[in-house]
Amino acid sequence: MLTVVLIMISGIIVGFLVKSKKRLVKGNDKLTTWAIYALLFLMGIGIGANKTIMGSLHTLGLKALAISLGAIAGSVLLGWVTYKLFFKRS
Amino acid sequence: MKGSLIILGFFALGIALGVSNTAPDWLVKTDYSQYALYVLMFLVGVGIGSDSNALKAIGTMNFKVLLIPITTILGTALGVALIAPLLSGISIKEAMAVGAGYGYYSLSSIIIKEMHSEWLGVVALLSNVIREVTTLLMAPLFALYFGKIAPICSGGATSMDTTLPIISQSSGKEYAIASLIHGIVLTVLVPFIVSLLLSI
Repeated sequence: MLTVVLIMISGIIVGFLVKSKKRLVKGNDKLTTWAIYALLFLMGIGIGANKTIMGSLHTLGLKALAISLGAIAGSVLLGWVTYKLFFKRS
Repeated sequence: MKGSLIILGFFALGIALGVSNTAPDWLVKTDYSQYALYVLMFLVGVGIGSDSNALKAIGTMNFKVLLIPITTILGTALGVALIAPLLSGISIKEAMAVGAGYGYYSLSSIIIKEMHSEWLGVVALLSNVIREVTTLLMAPLFALYFGKIAPICSGGATSMDTTLPIISQSSGKEYAIASLIHGIVLTVLVPFIVSLLLSI
């Protein structure tokens, strides 16, 4: 966890230093998108090859799915309220 | 939307390779997703550092940032408490403990397995993986329809790493630091809230 934060902070410093180089900044956005694709692809392999996850999908999967949907819907809707009350600039 | 579909495509391709055992051995043996995450965090950092609006936003956020993790904790508890009575074979308290993993599946599933049972640990693993993946796929839509905080709340503890890049793209770089702080706060709280829910 600390590693991730430190890597990001070093990225922020590098970004601050190269700010004026527009082409570099643009390229960085594209690279970020592709890194997201790579991460999801690799996560997919990890999950697909994980026998605990794939093997219990049909028995416990429905409970898990329902809980996730409740958790996501609840926090997204309350997040909407918090955004409107405290963050949105009129 | 198009972005989410491409992401879903890559994820599905990965799962297909993983399930069918056709992924090259070197790709399965080592967990490269960790390194992909490191690269990603560096790139996100560069994105924030080179964006002057993002840097300005850090100064104006102040204490309001802490409202976001509170929102996530309350919203998750409410949502799970409402849906749990519809499920058979799981109590509201058990379901809420699963929800309190906030997407942090590795830690929450281990705690729940140790404190409660193997099966609830597996539910926690599945449920929190689903939360992370859903956030990765839906973040752009959440930001569009439910405001810029919604993807952060949906991401839970993962808003500091795996889902941070997509949140930063969907809500804007000025929300990246809020997302990071939110993820750190929830990551620290997961063990406490999960064990509290299981012990009462």
